[in-house]
Amino acid sequence: MAVVVDNNTKVVVQGITGYQGTYHTLAMREFGTKVVAGVRPGKGGETVNDTPVFDSVADAVRETGANTSCIFVPAPRCKDAAMEALDAGVRTIVVVTEHLPVLDAIHMVSVARSRGVTLIGPNCPGVASPGKAKVGILPSKIFKPGHVGVVSKSGTLTYEIVNAITERGIGQSTCVGIGGDRVSGTNFIDVLELFQQDRETKQIVLVGEIGGTAEEEAAEFIKANVKKPVVAYIAGRTAPPGKRMGHAGAIIARGRGTAESKIKALEAAGVRTAKLPTDVPELLK
Amino acid sequence: MEYKAKEVLRKHGVPVPDGQAVSAPDQIRSISGPVMVKAQVLIGGRGKAGGIKPANTVEEAKKVASAILGMNIRGYVTKEVLLEQRLEVAKELYLSITIDRSRRCLMFMASPSGGMDIESVSEDRILMQPVDPLIGYQPFIGRKVAAFMGLPPDQAAQVADICGKLHEAVVDEDAELAEINPLVVTKQGKVIASDAKITIDSDALFRHPEFESLPDDLTPLEEKAKKLDIAFVQLDGNIGVIANGAGLTMATLDSINMYGGKAGVFLDLGGTDDPEKVKSAMMLMKEANPKVVLLNIFGGITKCDTVAKGVLEALEGKKPSFPIVARIKGVNEELGRSMLKDAGMIPASGLSEAAELASKESLRRV
Repeated sequence: MAVVVDNNTKVVVQGITGYQGTYHTLAMREFGTKVVAGVRPGKGGETVNDTPVFDSVADAVRETGANTSCIFVPAPRCKDAAMEALDAGVRTIVVVTEHLPVLDAIHMVSVARSRGVTLIGPNCPGVASPGKAKVGILPSKIFKPGHVGVVSKSGTLTYEIVNAITERGIGQSTCVGIGGDRVSGTNFIDVLELFQQDRETKQIVLVGEIGGTAEEEAAEFIKANVKKPVVAYIAGRTAPPGKRMGHAGAIIARGRGTAESKIKALEAAGVRTAKLPTDVPELLK
Repeated sequence: MEYKAKEVLRKHGVPVPDGQAVSAPDQIRSISGPVMVKAQVLIGGRGKAGGIKPANTVEEAKKVASAILGMNIRGYVTKEVLLEQRLEVAKELYLSITIDRSRRCLMFMASPSGGMDIESVSEDRILMQPVDPLIGYQPFIGRKVAAFMGLPPDQAAQVADICGKLHEAVVDEDAELAEINPLVVTKQGKVIASDAKITIDSDALFRHPEFESLPDDLTPLEEKAKKLDIAFVQLDGNIGVIANGAGLTMATLDSINMYGGKAGVFLDLGGTDDPEKVKSAMMLMKEANPKVVLLNIFGGITKCDTVAKGVLEALEGKKPSFPIVARIKGVNEELGRSMLKDAGMIPASGLSEAAELASKESLRRV
């Protein structure tokens, strides 16, 4: 089964002619993803590494049956790209683009949610279901098919943790990087709900960080709805208040968003929390 | 800065007092009646610190201004003062728009108890009114906010109107916070923004080049890093951490702490594959002069040999004044690792080991 992306995923890459778009189209293919099209206005009819390029997402969907978009378009044109994908009827959108203005994110995400479209990101590494498909920029080598579902706000920290559990012989059903911006299309709760329903997922790893209250809300949800064991790691225990720690959303503001509050809420919901990222494999059994 | 925020509000039709900002007392030529002289610093609590004082004549205003200019208010030196028409206050309200992360929308916050920190106002005196992005701002939102303030009809109508204009200012200027506190009702029954704060979304600056030069609450090194598009935060420890990705960098800081060390610099390279950027990052780190540097790279978009190349270029073949513990993993790791090892850096295989080694080094080198 897996969640968000699987064998039925057919990807159109928006911004395929850029360096990242071209590079990751190949990497997704090598992982086994069906990348069926690319979009770059004005470059319709060309090909990039054998992938046909179209002028619009609508053309790509009509000609190739693409159902998932992966967006590499730079921030100033990113909202337009996502809206175009929504208008073309794509059902899943992964927005890799970072530094998107928050008002653009709000608008894009609300339209997606109102239409029942799964939008992951912005500023996210994407989604990987090992053995099936990946959409985004996650490094292929670290994954192994299995039964742990991973959901995370971070990119490289997720790689670190996935790599550590793979090295211990534990595989993953799906890894979802939801992104570290203040407003995201998909939050912890959305993914936890999918993992709870997914028969392939037996355990869940949640990787959070300081800022906002998404982890506290996830803890409430876990308490009430998640029956599968959950292990969590929260980054930023030693971060000072008032300083933005890399991610736009990673800031302790007016006493809210501390790691302590998140860890406390998660532990109260029966989640085992790791002190170090490298402790996560120990807590999975 | 207050006066900059008020310029933005004025532009969008929100009533603000007449005022002029000056950086020296002799710039004050005339005043239009009694004024308040207000220190322009990026921190609250100015009034209590003596940064806001009244004046009735030009002479008085000059005297007060020269006392406030140069004043250090909780670490911020006053470089400008705002001379502003003094209001006859009947009532102080609170009105703001912020980003609600959970609901993914703009959120009005309103209270009839203005003039103090909104955090200290009890919850039943605060209205939270979201703006559904698909509905957009509609006048009913302003009416609802105004009704909560408990004002006579003509004043409520002014508040409702201000709500619409404040929302317009937020959307047009890409603000992530617009706060009017207090929103004053004068004895004459006029509603006017007495103090204001606006924060522009830094990711939207490409649409607003006019805001690029606005001051920030940053140390000189942090300011320099910002210009280079490097996430750099100075902390109170002595280990400099360079990693790629915000979560990984934070996790590295936390791991150091577990082994008794303390980070002095948080430096997130982000997703770059440009050796020049890595080089500038390392130069910044040299300026910060920590006791130990921990380099933790999980290569993906950022390739390990790119990082090694940038680091070595920054060191210019010289031995740095601090030891460097290097943990390199991911794309092209063998190459990156051997480049750094040849340059005398301490290799570590995992994150925990790297954190332990760096902490030990930092404790040894007092």
